[in-house]
Formats: sequence, structure tokens, C-alpha cells
Amino acid sequence: MLSYICKRLALTLPTLVLVSIAVFLIIRLIPGDPALVLLGEGADGAALAGVRADLGLDRPLPVQFVSWLQHALRGDLGRSIVSGEPVAGLILQRFGLTAAVVLVAVTAATLIAAAAGLTAAWRRNSALDLAVVGTATVVLAIPSFWLGLVLLLLFGLKLGWLPFVGYIPFSESAVQALLFLVMPVVTLTITESGVLTRMMRSSSIDVLQLDYVTHARAKGLSERVVLTRHVFPNAFAPTLTLVGLTLGHLLGGIAVIETVFTLPGLGRLMVDSVLARDYPVVQGCLLFTAVVYVVVNLLVDLCYPLFDPRVTAR
Amino acid sequence: MMGRVGHVGLNALVGIPLVGSLLVTIGIGLFWMPYDPIAIDLAHPLGSPGLHHWFGTDEFGRDVLSRSMLGSRISVLIALATVAVAITLGTALGLLAGYLRGWTDRLLMMMTDAVLAFPGILLALALIAVFGSSDGSIILALSTAYTPSVVRVVRATVLSIREREFIEASRSVGDSPLETIVHHILPNVLPPVVVLATSLFGWAMLSESALSFLGVGVPPPAPTWGNMLSQSRPYMDVASWLSIVPGLCIAGTLLGVNLLGDALRDWLDPRKT
Repeated sequence: MLSYICKRLALTLPTLVLVSIAVFLIIRLIPGDPALVLLGEGADGAALAGVRADLGLDRPLPVQFVSWLQHALRGDLGRSIVSGEPVAGLILQRFGLTAAVVLVAVTAATLIAAAAGLTAAWRRNSALDLAVVGTATVVLAIPSFWLGLVLLLLFGLKLGWLPFVGYIPFSESAVQALLFLVMPVVTLTITESGVLTRMMRSSSIDVLQLDYVTHARAKGLSERVVLTRHVFPNAFAPTLTLVGLTLGHLLGGIAVIETVFTLPGLGRLMVDSVLARDYPVVQGCLLFTAVVYVVVNLLVDLCYPLFDPRVTAR
Repeated sequence: MMGRVGHVGLNALVGIPLVGSLLVTIGIGLFWMPYDPIAIDLAHPLGSPGLHHWFGTDEFGRDVLSRSMLGSRISVLIALATVAVAITLGTALGLLAGYLRGWTDRLLMMMTDAVLAFPGILLALALIAVFGSSDGSIILALSTAYTPSVVRVVRATVLSIREREFIEASRSVGDSPLETIVHHILPNVLPPVVVLATSLFGWAMLSESALSFLGVGVPPPAPTWGNMLSQSRPYMDVASWLSIVPGLCIAGTLLGVNLLGDALRDWLDPRKT
């Protein structure tokens, strides 16, 4: 187990280094003076000189990278051109909301997928299976932003059951805040359940054909026990990996859903910064999301042996 | 067995008409559209669907059907270009990594890992921030995001066949590495690449719509399904067709492409159903 953890950690490090090099270089790809790019057009001479000294533009690129990385490791991602606030603070402010929506939605989608996928595989080629596969396939084809718009149209505008646009922070009114989050969470849950269900179904079908399942049935175990104790853990392992990948990417910001429901999340911060050419914030968001992705996948891989102990043996 | 054949049939049965009608729509749109898709008619804004305008008109009185037709052409062209770039580059790099192994392979794998650590849409957003929003930079941004998955699939396939006898035979009769790769490895790599290409096409269309919806994709007045949806938002309560039509176009196209991809995969690799 310990060697598995060490091996997995060793794989993570080069990825993180390359990711930070890529994020560092992206801003340098923009033609022109990097100091002007980072401060915006209206910057005065003194501030420009300060940033030039900070970035060490006269020094070689690798030296500049190391000093940038040292700042980043200390949590200093620079300041926003638009608001002048520290980028790290802006990101953390927005991350909570995104993380709440994503965690609830992905958990719900995983539960739905596990149940639907396993049942469909168990009754393969039945009407139920066809219904599950059909629904998952259709869901997979529906863009999340359109589903969100249709839900808004239906439950917000026509029926008036849920608040329409905007967001109220938890600190002001917890009930209101939750009501605002219902539609985004439901939209994301539906969107994400499609691919997870298909994955769960296909790995359950593989597992159901294995000898040990036949053996468990021959022992006279009930179907329920066979499915929950014997089939589920093995069939769920590949789905768990996919959940990790999904979670890692979504935590970086659900830009389109945050746009549809006007939620001030991380994805919206990134889009607004792209539109405003607020490069320090774009750079910070990019670095943050990639690190979150790598860390989430590391954690999921470390959980993997709980479902499939064979991986630690390799 | 019968069940599987039935399933493949069903995928193709629904997928082919959907993709077919998309292609026919694009084809017709090349020669004829009911109205000029960008001509503004301020006398008839937000007209509901009817005899003259089947899908209604938008806030500038532009015909939604004509705009959807032109949008389909733009979206499909961008997706096709993205897939072409990602598949070409990814196949070349994947062949290199799988065939040469060693440090080339390790370095390429580390790079794909690094690119895959960025959510596709955010990476595209960042690249568009750098290069500005135009059709070219959308294609560049999306193909950068998708190339790593092609590299991985191609490399895995090459690794699985590179020790087989026919490869050994090709090498022992004195074929150059290039000849071995082109004549013996590439044909075996193509089936999974074709299947991946259909998925990529779907992802590229979805991402382009999402980028246009976010306002950083194809710039107006050129219509795409994504920016039509984005522009429809203020008029949702009075002109719901503006939000419904482009979404149905995206969903129908994606459904068709995905089903076609599934059918193709089952047909090329019957074991994996």
C-alpha cells in the first residue's frame, strides 16, 4: 500500500511542474510587454517599473519562472488589473459556491448512476435496460446550458416555483440561498449522470459475467446480496475513476451553468476575466483549477484500493 | 447475440437520419435559405413561429430558421477543422510515442498529462484570452485541448501490437521504421481513431456552442447555435422559441453523432458492446 501511494505521488510531481510551466508561459505568449499586459493599459510608469523589477524581465526566462513559482507557492498570484484585489483572495471567495454546487451534484449523479447502471446491467436487454440506456444517451446529448435555460423557462418563468436569476449569499438567508441553488444543482446532476450511468452499466455487465459471480449465485446467495456485496464494489471502481476526473474538471468552474443561473462562481470569474483581459486572474484561475484537478485525482486514486484491492498488489 | 445486433441496429437507425438531416440542411443552406440570416428587419421583431417564419424571428427581426441553417454550417466546419487538427497531430505523436518508447514516450506522456489537467473549456478560454476570439483561435484552442486524448489512444494501440509477429516480420525483412509504421501499424490504429473522431466531433461542437454561449466564441453577427442561445436570454419570457430552437439543433446533432459513434464502435469492435 505504501509503495502504491509513493508511486502515485511520484507521478503527480512532474505533471504539476509542467502545468505550472504551461500557465507561466501562456501569459508570455501574448505579444508585447508582459508588465503592460499584467497591469493593463492605464498603468503609470512607476508601477510598470515596479512590476518589471518584480518579474525580473531582464533576467533569463527560467529564473523568472522560479521567482514566479516561489510567489505562487506562497499564495501570491498577483493582483487583478480590474479591481486591484489579490488574485488568490478572489479565487477562494468564488471557489466555495462552485465547490458546493459541484459536490452535491456529482454525489447525486453518482448515486443515480450506480443504481441505474447496476440495475440495467442486471436486467440486460430488458425494457428497463433500454429505457436506462436511452435516457442516458439522450441526456448525454443535451448541453447543460440549454437544459438550464429550459428549466429556468419552465420552473422560474412559467410556473414561478423557484427564484429566477441571481444569488443570495448564505450569510443573508440560508433558505433563499438554497432555493437559488436548486436549479443549478439539478441541471448539473442530470447532465453528469448520463456518462456515469453508461460507464457503470458497461462495467457491471463485465463483472456479472465473471466466474466468482456465478459462484456466489451457486452458493445460494440472494440476488440482492450478489449485486450489492459482490458485483457492486468491482463494477464501481472504474466509475469511481471517472467520478474523479469529472469532479476534478468541474471544480475548476462550471462556467456555462454559472452563466445561465448568474451565480458568482469560479467559472464565471474566469470568463469575466477573459472578457476583461484581466490576465493575472486568468493565469491564477488556470493554475488553481489544474492543481485542484491533479489533487482530486490523486485522492480518488488513493481511494481506489478500497474497491479494488488488486491495484496495490501490482 | 440477437440483442446486441438489435442494439447496433437501433443506434444506426436513429443516428443516421439525425446526422443525415443535418447534412441535408447544410447542403440546402449552401444554395438557398428562406431569408438573409443577418438581414435586420426592425418592422417584425420577436415574431412567433408561423407560415412566413417557421421558427419565428429574433429581436432584430432576423429569420431564426435561416440563422439556424447558417449556424449549422459554421458549427460543423469549426468542429470538423478541430477534429482534423487533433486527429492528425495526435496520431503522429501517438505513433511516435508508442513506436520509439523510452524518453520520447515518457516526455510526451508527461505533456499529455499536463494538458489533460486543465478542464477543456477553461484551457480553451485561456488560449482565446491570449489569441483573441476568432474562428481560427477557437479551432486552435479546442484542438489543443483534444489532442492529448488522441495521443493516448493511439499510443495504447501501438503498444498493444508492436511486439506482434507481423510487425517483427516487417522489421526483419528490412523495412524502415517509417514503412513499418505506415504499412503495418497505422492500419491497426485507424479503427479506434475513427471511433474517437466521432466522439471528438461531438465534444468539439458542444464546446464551440458553450464558448459562443459564454460570449467568447464565434463573434456576432455570424450566427452559431451557441450565440443564438446566449442572445435569446433577455427575451425568454416573450419569445421562448428563441431559446428552444437552437438548443434542439445542438441536442439533435449531438444525439445523432453519439449514436453513430456507438454504432461504429460496435461494428468495428464487437467484443466491447
